[in-house]
Amino acid sequence: MALKTETFLVNAGPQHPSTHGVFRMRFILDGEVIQDVEPVFGYLHRGIEKLAEGLTYSQDMVFTDRLDYLASMTNNQAYAVAVEKLAGIQVPERAEYLRVIMAELMRISSHLMGVGFLTNDIGAFLTPLLYMYREREKILDLFDMVCGQRLTYNYMRIGGVSQDIPEEFLPALKKFTDTLPRFIEEYEQLLATNEILLVRTKNVGILTKEAAINYSTAGPVLRASGVKWDIRKAEPYSVYNRFNFEIPTATKGDVYDRYRIKIEEMKQSIIIIKQAMEQLPQGEIQAKVPKVLRPPKGEAYGRIEGPKGELGFYLVSDGATNPYRLHIRPPSLLNLTPLRELVIGVKIADAMAIFGSIDICMGEVDR
Amino acid sequence: MPTFTHNILPTVLNTGILAPDWPAGFWSHMIIFVVILFLFVIFMAMGFIYFERRVISRFQIRIGPNRVGPFGLFQPVADVIKILIKEDIVPLNADKLIHLLAPVAAIVPAIMVFAVIPFQNGAALANLNIGILYIVAISSVSVVGMVMAGWGSNNKYALVSAMRVIAQVVSYEIPLALAIIGVVLFAGTLSMNGIVLAQKIPYILLQPLGFLIYFLGSMAEINRTPFDLLEAEGEIVAGYNIEYSGFKFALFYLTEYTEAIAVSTIITTLYLSGWRGPFDSLPVLPVIWFLIKVFAVFAVIIWVRATLPRLRIDQVMGFAWKCLLPLALINLLITGAQVVFWPNVSQWVFVGVNIVLAGVLIILFSRFFRTTGDKIEA
Repeated sequence: MALKTETFLVNAGPQHPSTHGVFRMRFILDGEVIQDVEPVFGYLHRGIEKLAEGLTYSQDMVFTDRLDYLASMTNNQAYAVAVEKLAGIQVPERAEYLRVIMAELMRISSHLMGVGFLTNDIGAFLTPLLYMYREREKILDLFDMVCGQRLTYNYMRIGGVSQDIPEEFLPALKKFTDTLPRFIEEYEQLLATNEILLVRTKNVGILTKEAAINYSTAGPVLRASGVKWDIRKAEPYSVYNRFNFEIPTATKGDVYDRYRIKIEEMKQSIIIIKQAMEQLPQGEIQAKVPKVLRPPKGEAYGRIEGPKGELGFYLVSDGATNPYRLHIRPPSLLNLTPLRELVIGVKIADAMAIFGSIDICMGEVDR
Repeated sequence: MPTFTHNILPTVLNTGILAPDWPAGFWSHMIIFVVILFLFVIFMAMGFIYFERRVISRFQIRIGPNRVGPFGLFQPVADVIKILIKEDIVPLNADKLIHLLAPVAAIVPAIMVFAVIPFQNGAALANLNIGILYIVAISSVSVVGMVMAGWGSNNKYALVSAMRVIAQVVSYEIPLALAIIGVVLFAGTLSMNGIVLAQKIPYILLQPLGFLIYFLGSMAEINRTPFDLLEAEGEIVAGYNIEYSGFKFALFYLTEYTEAIAVSTIITTLYLSGWRGPFDSLPVLPVIWFLIKVFAVFAVIIWVRATLPRLRIDQVMGFAWKCLLPLALINLLITGAQVVFWPNVSQWVFVGVNIVLAGVLIILFSRFFRTTGDKIEA
């Protein structure tokens, strides 16, 4: 007897434990297997790009904190880089080093969250995540020391940073960079050799090299597929050409590789921070920038390597105090584009693992 | 008709070891024991909830509940009160009758398991001579309640969960029952108390492979990590009980923990020599040994939950059919041969032999017969 079967639609999100915010996926399921998926986003849209046109260049810095709220520092930096490029401002050396230290700390923090939530998505009941939180907490304490904020820092300014580091900062940072590798080693022992984690992540959600390039993905997602592309090396901004570091790449492009890349990048970030601490010069932390900034007519695209990929700010100036147009290239949104191709044909559980491995932040997807 | 003060209390306090029909008289025994069992289940469930939350907090560098009462001991009480005063919502398109009956169908078999668990020598509601068969028969009936909940609440998450629970629990029944037969062969009886009395050596040593199979199988049976697919939070949000609230949800929650208690007590009885322990002829002490072992088993379950991620449904099924079932059959073969061919050999010899065999088999299965590593096509 042939049973009559039919597909059915399951809605995951916008309120769902593993959609990392208010992302929504409409799955067409055939039993457990996903036939089709329609990603829906826009629930967190705040119109930041439009709002920015009504405020001055320095006021817009505040909005960038609210993009990828797990990586506010790098958002600050990307915007500052774009404005400085537009207005032709030279940033003092000490400020550049401080920016690098903050950006790399932010990368570690963001990757910790990415790995933690990935393990959560594949069913580890909070334990790895909470250990990741423990490490992130130390980074937040460091930021708190520098700028008095723990989530939305607004630390960087056009032409520099808002304030110099306090004297207790460097010893605390040194202690952190000395202890973190040991903790990463510990997490590796728990996770990377865990049979269940391996069977859940290996060969799941393979994104080929060509597809990764065609979908315009960036950051860990791109590098996990085997493309050695990192803006810190490819188009060095700030003072990144003065540091020795590797760009970790993987070959397969599955969930496990995306997880590995994040772990390896954390290790590289520590190496960069250590070098930056040694080289940190004395001097000014803020370039001479007029109180009311009026960049010359023109346009500029400033981009940096954010934790989640290429973060770019495109600015058009008509010579006034406000930007004529601000456009953001959010890595989270563009990394989501291959999602549909990746999840079709897999089971629900794998779809969540793939989604977690892409590591998005809804603040950035919706802007 | 025996009275409590004249007959029962002296029996408990003076002799310690109870006669199989300790409060003489059938009905008084039944009534008293049913009350004791209900209290045991409810208090143990609250104790387990508290214990789990505290222990898992330690694993996760948190503190856990510590506000309500001393050390947060009254937190489960507060939770129960909170759950019970919630509005009882029935979805508009739900199958009302099935939605109503599902929690009942789930909890009754879960509690019925305790009828044959011996807390002391002979202290069980019914010292059935087919006790373990009764448990195997009754313990999987709870699934019916969960499937009813998944089907009746007209929710797709719940439906997916219900389908998962059928597949998973029915599959794991088989290796689980085969593992129990190993114990029964050694003990030579199906009675739970008889199995405890037969354990000169705890059967965890004599049946290490069987113990592992039973432990894993029962983890799947009670839907604990890494087999907690039917309430996989990241995938299907809450599973079969997603549309339940108030008292009905409380019943499902209680079912879950009752099953956890049941499994812990069964493992204690079958493999950890039940109420036996040093000085178990003294009064009350056997019960304490029993409870300590139950909590120890549950601590291991919590440990696993705090550490491991979740398997995918096809991996779970593959593990049951391709790994646990062959292992259970091999275990049965070995045990049968030992019982039939060498009945007079000291059991300590078998302890050594079986531990070595278990190690070899587990290594073989994990290295050469990997069932989970390859991608299984849908």
